[in-house]
Amino acid sequence: MTAGTIWTEAAVREHARAFLAANDPSATDRMGFLRARFDAGLAWVHFPEGLGGLGAPRELQAAVESELRGTPDNRPGRIGIGLGMAAPTILAFGTDEQKRRFLRPLWTGEEVWCQLFSEPGAGSDLASLATRAVRDGDEWVVDGQKVWTSVAHTARWAILVARTDPDVPKHRGLTYFVCDMRAPGVEVRPLRQITGEAEFNEVFLTGVRLPDSLRLGEVGDGWRVAQATLMNERVAIGGASGRRTMIDAVCETWRSRPELRTHDLHQRLLRLWVEAEVLRLTGARLREQLAAGRPGPEGSGMKLSFARLHQELSGLEVELLGEDGLAYDDWTFRRPETVDFVGREAGYRYLRAKGNSIEGGTSEILRNVIAERVLGLPSEPRADKDIPWKDLPR
Amino acid sequence: MTTLLYTDVEEELRAAVRDLLADACPHSAVLARIESAAPYDGDLWKALARDIGAAGLLVPEELGGAGASAREAAVVLEELGRAVAPVPFLTSAVVATRALLAARTAGPGEVADELLRRLASGEATAALAVSLAASPYRRAGAEVTYEPADGDAVVVSGRVTGVAGAEIADVLLVPARLPGREESALIAVETGERGVEITPVTSLDLTRPVAMVSLGSARGRIVARGEGSDAARSIVGEALRFGAGLLASEQLGLAEWCLAATVAYVKERRQFARPVGSFQAVKHRLADLWLEIGGARAAARNAAGAVADDDPGTAVAVAVAQAHCADVAVHAAEECVQLHGGIGMTWEHPAHLYLKRAKADQIAFGAPGEHRAALADLVDVPAPV
Repeated sequence: MTAGTIWTEAAVREHARAFLAANDPSATDRMGFLRARFDAGLAWVHFPEGLGGLGAPRELQAAVESELRGTPDNRPGRIGIGLGMAAPTILAFGTDEQKRRFLRPLWTGEEVWCQLFSEPGAGSDLASLATRAVRDGDEWVVDGQKVWTSVAHTARWAILVARTDPDVPKHRGLTYFVCDMRAPGVEVRPLRQITGEAEFNEVFLTGVRLPDSLRLGEVGDGWRVAQATLMNERVAIGGASGRRTMIDAVCETWRSRPELRTHDLHQRLLRLWVEAEVLRLTGARLREQLAAGRPGPEGSGMKLSFARLHQELSGLEVELLGEDGLAYDDWTFRRPETVDFVGREAGYRYLRAKGNSIEGGTSEILRNVIAERVLGLPSEPRADKDIPWKDLPR
Repeated sequence: MTTLLYTDVEEELRAAVRDLLADACPHSAVLARIESAAPYDGDLWKALARDIGAAGLLVPEELGGAGASAREAAVVLEELGRAVAPVPFLTSAVVATRALLAARTAGPGEVADELLRRLASGEATAALAVSLAASPYRRAGAEVTYEPADGDAVVVSGRVTGVAGAEIADVLLVPARLPGREESALIAVETGERGVEITPVTSLDLTRPVAMVSLGSARGRIVARGEGSDAARSIVGEALRFGAGLLASEQLGLAEWCLAATVAYVKERRQFARPVGSFQAVKHRLADLWLEIGGARAAARNAAGAVADDDPGTAVAVAVAQAHCADVAVHAAEECVQLHGGIGMTWEHPAHLYLKRAKADQIAFGAPGEHRAALADLVDVPAPV
């Protein structure tokens, strides 16, 4: 196929079969297979040729996945931040060199990515962040503290937002970087969370020197770049369904343990079943809109609905379990390599789901986003909008 | 493949209906009509039938209709809901038409064909003589019986309460039994016949009022009959499920109007020297409502597609759509009243029209709880033993 090919499902399937015929997964080592798959443009078909894609419509990825079912995968649970957030941002704002350097090992999973956005003093008000990046010749010197950083302990790279100009209002003085997690001055400390494990970390940055070639986008344009990442994050979290969904988990328990059923729980479970089905249909409709090139604003709501549904379903399951709900599978202070919303037992799912309405934009902030950007309602008065960041009251 | 989006043809149909309603069905006209002697707007209905072909949308082309599918009818219902229009589209062009289409296949079909032609031309309007609160999951409670008269004619006796669209109907489609037998039939009774009495009920929803239908040995013709079987029940069940699936689109239209009107109002209305829509307490409620409506759109489209294609998943799609959309419409109308403050409580503001329609729609064709109870069997979430 030549550049500018208009891909059909049949052509993509044919291409995937030809790839498989030429690259027998049982005769190749796993990483070799994944690299070859990337080079064949079958990693993410909507990316450009040469960057793991075919320049094909996004929905044709499903055809690739069905043709390549059973072959080694890139363990997406381990590299979700890279796939869902770093990759689309690099594609949209990176230089050609950055795209070539980063996207392939990101997709194959050779290099794990994390996200250095939130700080102890900058959560919902992310634009007020205080981590400084000061230019020194061809380098930037970064000092500050980041927090809630999932998988920082396994990450090779991070996407980082830092303040490069404290003399302008907060949104305008930010710049976006790729941070080398092996650079001197990067210190990762685990943060134990309510599930018992430490999926996320605090990251201390002390005199970390980053070459200017790791800057993503223009100096001072970091807020716009970060917005792109955050929109992708919300879609990634909201769209995360996985093979087994939360409603499946609860219904399995319901069907296999008839002695636990009560009328009250039955009524509530049926309500949640309907909500889960409506959310599934909403997601299906959203994907149809994307495929038709008519993205709707519904995407910004998926994460909100998903968070509430997960919390209610997992809470109901613990209650349903009765005495078994009094037990917890494991409080060990572990350092998991993956982010898993529906794994382990009901108690874990209940506690982990609490994060769904906080991570990637709290549900309260997302309601503001919908109200202001979708419904066009006026924003709350903002006292800090036109004041240089350094003069903001702290 | 069923799509959850709208086709270009559907959008054109929507635009035509919306234009007509903008001219012919302003809120002021609806408010004036609900207290008049003729609660259904016959002129508007004629215009919809004549200019848009709405009356015969679901009727096959060979019988003078448009041969369109439930998906197009759903789009019309969205617009009629948005305008809270007092026309018998749902009762005549959707539910009664669907009953006649089902009767046609049950045979013999001549009476059904003749009636469908009359409905498609807009010359006549029909109503299925069952309560608006009847659901596809249980037998309609009314006991109406019929007995053979001379020739093909029968005489029908009994009483049915809560019938919507009866006041404007020319023909009633009456499910009735032979006395003491399981055998039932669907019988067409012209409302002009002797022995037919239609008594309006003071209704919660004045834009789709219900009436009591009394039949005292009224003459009718058999539309469909089961030899020794309960034919009327399966026809009525099918028509009610179809109606329930499409009612979700009306509920979507109602909810969309309520959200849009409320958003517009809270942008304008100022208190504490700022628009009330800038307060998070208000914004977050509207954001939540917007989310619910997005779900309603997906569920309503899914149900419309399922009933259009007679998909094996129809029963689930309809139950899900009603369980969700019925409550969303009520919630939207309630938020509309609340966030308009005092003006939302007045007779003069149209918010109450939407609240009353939404609340009546919640009961129509089975309340949400009935649809959820049906899902327990349909999707294997069994009740406690």
